[in-house]
Amino acid sequence: MVVGSVAAIGAGLAAIGAGIGIGQIGKGAVEGIARQPEAANEIRSNMIVAAAFVEAVALFAVVVALLGNG
Amino acid sequence: MTFRSIKSLLVKTFSVFSLLLATQAFAGENHTPATTQAGAVAPVADEAHGAKKEGDFNVTETILEHIKDDHSWHMWGHVSIHLPVILKTSKGFEVFSSEKLVDEHHEPAVYKGNFDYKLMEGKIKIVDAAGNIDEDASKQLWDFSITKNVASLFVSVFILLVVLLSAAAAYKKTGVKSAPKGLQSFMEPIILFVRDEVAIPNIGAKKAGKYMPFLLTIFFLILINNFLGLIPFFPGGANVSGNIAFTMTLAVFVFIVVNVSANKSYWEHIFWMPGMHWSMKLFLAPIELIGVFTKPISLMIRLFANITAGHILVLSLICLIFIFKTVFASAIAVPFAVFIGMIELLVAFLQAFIFTMLAAMYIGMATEEHHHDAHGEAAHH
Repeated sequence: MVVGSVAAIGAGLAAIGAGIGIGQIGKGAVEGIARQPEAANEIRSNMIVAAAFVEAVALFAVVVALLGNG
Repeated sequence: MTFRSIKSLLVKTFSVFSLLLATQAFAGENHTPATTQAGAVAPVADEAHGAKKEGDFNVTETILEHIKDDHSWHMWGHVSIHLPVILKTSKGFEVFSSEKLVDEHHEPAVYKGNFDYKLMEGKIKIVDAAGNIDEDASKQLWDFSITKNVASLFVSVFILLVVLLSAAAAYKKTGVKSAPKGLQSFMEPIILFVRDEVAIPNIGAKKAGKYMPFLLTIFFLILINNFLGLIPFFPGGANVSGNIAFTMTLAVFVFIVVNVSANKSYWEHIFWMPGMHWSMKLFLAPIELIGVFTKPISLMIRLFANITAGHILVLSLICLIFIFKTVFASAIAVPFAVFIGMIELLVAFLQAFIFTMLAAMYIGMATEEHHHDAHGEAAHH
């Protein structure tokens, strides 16, 4: 018998989505820095902000999953 | 190309997932004792208080207990500060120590004031002689208590006042011409960061000065509360910025500032989008109107979810020790908790920055001067 809840599956799916999103951001940032190394600092700070936005969506899902679980 | 790689990734993930699930189910059939051991982790809250068995450990309950607001502030072991309870009922105000709400075993007890009060799942309710909740009387109960979050807010306000007032006094004494000293030199780059990276690019150099006090206030308030929340013992430990009421208050202030400072062209772009066909204008107006409210709501939820999730993450890693019931689990749990703590330091700063930046962006959108060209193009920049 599997012990657990649907909430964990939901949180896992959200993590997949966020992983793809952050991966795309990282890819874009690295490509941008490779093309224009002098803009590295600006690209990096924008990357972090964009990653935080993506991460926030995954964290919404974590909170929803936790509340649904509790 | 990207879509295909994502698709194959999803297929792989699901096949791995179903494979793991299958083996787990198969293993569970053969080794029933192992499953029951793991099952002890699952919710066992059949009894409200008292008869909890030794060894029963409810992860969800423990974590939620640590991130929620409380009437006492835990220090160490069995020592905690009992904060005052302030209640308003139909018989007027009443103040007593929260110590009276718990007995010597730290279980909720009935306190006989104007009514009989008892803690029910962290909330103060009025109970009758039999110990049942009196719903009608409880509806008139207003809880203005100095809870853990309120006390922690006082601490952070005190720290902010000491730090910022001393920096301000240094500017008054020596002016802006001489090099900054002490705390002043610590605060100056942060304040300049908020001005040059947050306010001016989003609001514009001309109007930024007017909104700087507001932006600096929310930035430092969120930052200090995020940092205090990361400290696991006394001066910190309260989950203030992971409390939805706190983030809602900040979001409401952003909402008020944005909408009060909004100019005519902002409202025009909401209710009657220029440069569109009239049918499109009718279609866009409700969407834009919803956008006015969703912006602060997203601010509220973003900060709340990020900080709460960070606390939950650290707590669940620490809970691993209690789940596995061996001190050796800490060899993995503690380094991971430290690692997550480091990420949380970054997140604490990042969320303060993002909240401030988005607030500045919304203010900038509301106060922007639009120069209508001949085509009435809505796209700027």
